Amino acid sequence: MLPFLLIVLLSAVAQLFLPWWSIALVAFGVCFWRSKTGWLAFSAGFLGIAVVWLVYAFLIHVQTDGILTGRMAELFFKTKTPIFLLLITPLIGGFVGGFAGLAGRQVRAVFTAKPE
Amino acid sequence: MKVLKALLSLFISIGVTVALNQPWGSVPALGRLLSPFEGFWQNAETVGQSSEQKISVKGAREEVTILFDDLHVPHIFAKNDFDAYFAQGYATARDRLWQMEFQTHAAAGRISELIGDRAVELDRYNRRLGMAYGAEKSLEGMSNDPVSKSVLDAYTAGINAYIDQLKPADYPIEYKLLGYAPEPWTPIKVAFLLKQMTQTLAAGADDLMMTNVRQQLGPALTANLFPDYPFKEDPIIPVGTRWDFTPVKLPAPPPNIETDSSVVLNWQPHDPGIGSNNWAVGPEKTAMGYPILANDPHLTLSLPSIWYQVQLVTPTMNVYGVSLPGAPGVIIGFNKDVAWGVTNVGADVLDFYKIRFRDNRRQEYWHDGKWKPVRRRIETIRVKGKPAVVDTILYTHHGPVVYLPEDKPFRNNIPTGYAARWIAHEVDNGIKTFYLLNRAKTYDDYVTALSYYVAPAQNFVFANAAKDIAISPNGRFPLKWRDQGKFLLDGTKAANDWQGWIPAAQNPRVKNPPRGFVSSANQSSTDPTYPYYINWEFETTDRGMRINQRLTEMQNVTVDSLRHLQNDVYNHQASKFLPVLLPYIQEKDLSDPQKQALKTVRQWNYQQDTASVAGTIFVDWISRLEDGIWADDFPDDANRPLRYPNTDRTLQLVTEEPTSRWFDNVQTPNRQETIQEVVTNSFRATVDSLVKQHGPLGKTWAWADHKGTSVRHLIPGLDAFSALNVQIGGGRGIVNAAGRRAGPSWRMIVQTGPNVRAYGVFPGGQSGNPGSPYYLNMLETWRKGDLYELLYLKSVTEKSPRIQSTLQLTR
Repeated sequence: MLPFLLIVLLSAVAQLFLPWWSIALVAFGVCFWRSKTGWLAFSAGFLGIAVVWLVYAFLIHVQTDGILTGRMAELFFKTKTPIFLLLITPLIGGFVGGFAGLAGRQVRAVFTAKPE
Repeated sequence: MKVLKALLSLFISIGVTVALNQPWGSVPALGRLLSPFEGFWQNAETVGQSSEQKISVKGAREEVTILFDDLHVPHIFAKNDFDAYFAQGYATARDRLWQMEFQTHAAAGRISELIGDRAVELDRYNRRLGMAYGAEKSLEGMSNDPVSKSVLDAYTAGINAYIDQLKPADYPIEYKLLGYAPEPWTPIKVAFLLKQMTQTLAAGADDLMMTNVRQQLGPALTANLFPDYPFKEDPIIPVGTRWDFTPVKLPAPPPNIETDSSVVLNWQPHDPGIGSNNWAVGPEKTAMGYPILANDPHLTLSLPSIWYQVQLVTPTMNVYGVSLPGAPGVIIGFNKDVAWGVTNVGADVLDFYKIRFRDNRRQEYWHDGKWKPVRRRIETIRVKGKPAVVDTILYTHHGPVVYLPEDKPFRNNIPTGYAARWIAHEVDNGIKTFYLLNRAKTYDDYVTALSYYVAPAQNFVFANAAKDIAISPNGRFPLKWRDQGKFLLDGTKAANDWQGWIPAAQNPRVKNPPRGFVSSANQSSTDPTYPYYINWEFETTDRGMRINQRLTEMQNVTVDSLRHLQNDVYNHQASKFLPVLLPYIQEKDLSDPQKQALKTVRQWNYQQDTASVAGTIFVDWISRLEDGIWADDFPDDANRPLRYPNTDRTLQLVTEEPTSRWFDNVQTPNRQETIQEVVTNSFRATVDSLVKQHGPLGKTWAWADHKGTSVRHLIPGLDAFSALNVQIGGGRGIVNAAGRRAGPSWRMIVQTGPNVRAYGVFPGGQSGNPGSPYYLNMLETWRKGDLYELLYLKSVTEKSPRIQSTLQLTR
């Protein structure tokens, strides 16, 4: 739970100043620091980023009456409904976060003393 | 094992991240684009948000206040001229940065940098045409004038002040989709923008087609079918207006003006959908006793909107109107004393000269009995993802050699090419005209302002609170012998050169004519008594005649009655053609659906409105009728392009020469076709094709659906950012000229008087951002034919409930 919360918090702050791919660094770093298994690391990274992206995207969508979301949905999916756009956004962010989290965990495993 | 797993997962993680950080073909970098912190989400704007912002920017001299009204029009209050143009640049960039840069990139032949080698030919074309050469000349003209230079520098500084503070997350959405970043603005980009306007309005040419026609028909028949003055005409300068000047000596044509066309020049002819209306009604005809001025320029309907409304206020100026994003000042507008507007003249200011080179090295060319040196200009087209393409363009004193024989198959041994002599290559200080008009108080100020104008030549209409109205087809017109440049010219003879200019003071102009109004709709500038040659063919007179008929009839004219005239959908062309054509239809040869269609057309009141079925039939029929008459005589041949006589000549033919040989189809040697057959067959084909397209005659044939007016984003195919199938009547040749892709890009009506009041609308919105509530908010008002009152503020402290937000720029 802690890695997930940390990723949410740190990535949200990092993205205010750094390029979008800083989410990978955050997920990697947090999971390198602390994660139990590969699966948990992936989940923490995936969900941590996906939640931040989903919440922010949804807030923007609502605040702006969905003017742009509607147009982008039409551009990408030939439909006015923003559902797909609001799904694919956290999915993409989530994959980047998830794989970075997994990588953080696996790299850390190389340095852990405990033999397999 | 652990190491392997670690490496593998690292590899996947980095791979996924990198893959999403870069574009794949036409798919943009998805990670970056979808990030709510950096991607398109950041371009979404909140509706109805009022705000007060104070921004410190580099370059402003004193504090500038910008008030944005409920249509997002900036009202700029500056303490000096520099700051006014600085703030105009800043505000325009804030709303239109991508458009400004894209349009100037296009004009400069730099689209390949953005989208790759697909655009190389387009870029090469623009460079061959000498756009860059012309822009450099314009910049030279503007820089030599201290006033223009300062305006240009201020505007540039304002745009750059905006660009400088942008983070990638703030870039307009098109940059994110296409994957590039804005570059600093430079003064030459303003010149490029103006060149692009000249290209749109004054680069159509059919010299080659006309030359082929003359080769086929001989001079006499060519003159008969392609006359220098229309059968029906109501020129801009009213017939009977006296020319109050002594003309300069006209150049004489060379004895032999025959030329041939030995290379294929696929030059695009002028787009007839692009034109405009304007008029001014004098005090004796208006309800309020002060002149009213109206203007609606017809351009390609595109998004972001072509025009950007702005009010500029300094201690010495208070002007409101529309500007072109990328050029300082107001192009069409009004101040408290005067109002002005423009329509295109359509002067022949682009001619082609056949160049004879000394040898294949092409170092020298023959002119006026001498070998003269060829100048070489290297154009480097940078291409995204590919090596740059280098093009060497040969320049003669005429201008750039646009086409060389080896560009297309060519047999003759003499090395030749065609040089383009084009008005856009002249030193030019056109922004001075608008600088002066923005500050004009009197008729004389208007005349002075016009004298600086070069191209594209415009019919400048004028009205002021001192109760004057005026109009002038104005620009720098080459001094030519009659019909010079109607055909390709022999570039070796000095007599074929442009022989100087028509003196600016002798450009056609009329002030307060007896009929009580002035107007233009791209028809002939003058009747044949004008001593100089401007062009042999202008836009068809239908819009002009309809406007003049209505204005003649109208009394107690108001803004609202002129608004109705701007939205008039009476098909004047149909009213001339149908009474002549319908009696020729052989009803016995018609099928039932064709008879039904005929009945519909017979009952038509000539209103080309959204639901009109007869209008759909007529428009299609006329084009088939023209094919029926002319296609056999002027066959389509890519190697030898020809053109038909214009619609006015066709009208004359069916009206006055019903037994003419041209009705016979020369491809059927055993038969002699008659006008009855051509008219009937073209009608039958029209109905059959419409049935095939839309089913049986009925609602599905409605004009607006058939026409399908669309306002499209500048990036081709970006339907999601476009407005498609806009339900609006009118079309080509109709006062409300809303065609398929072109139409009224701005409608404005100004009631002059002690308290000027003005109204306007354009099909789009002030913001270029598809994520803004102001992107398309005016479209519906435009479609319905309504106007917004334009908020003309007298001072920064004036209270108006329409002001929504404030932006202050400080040093």
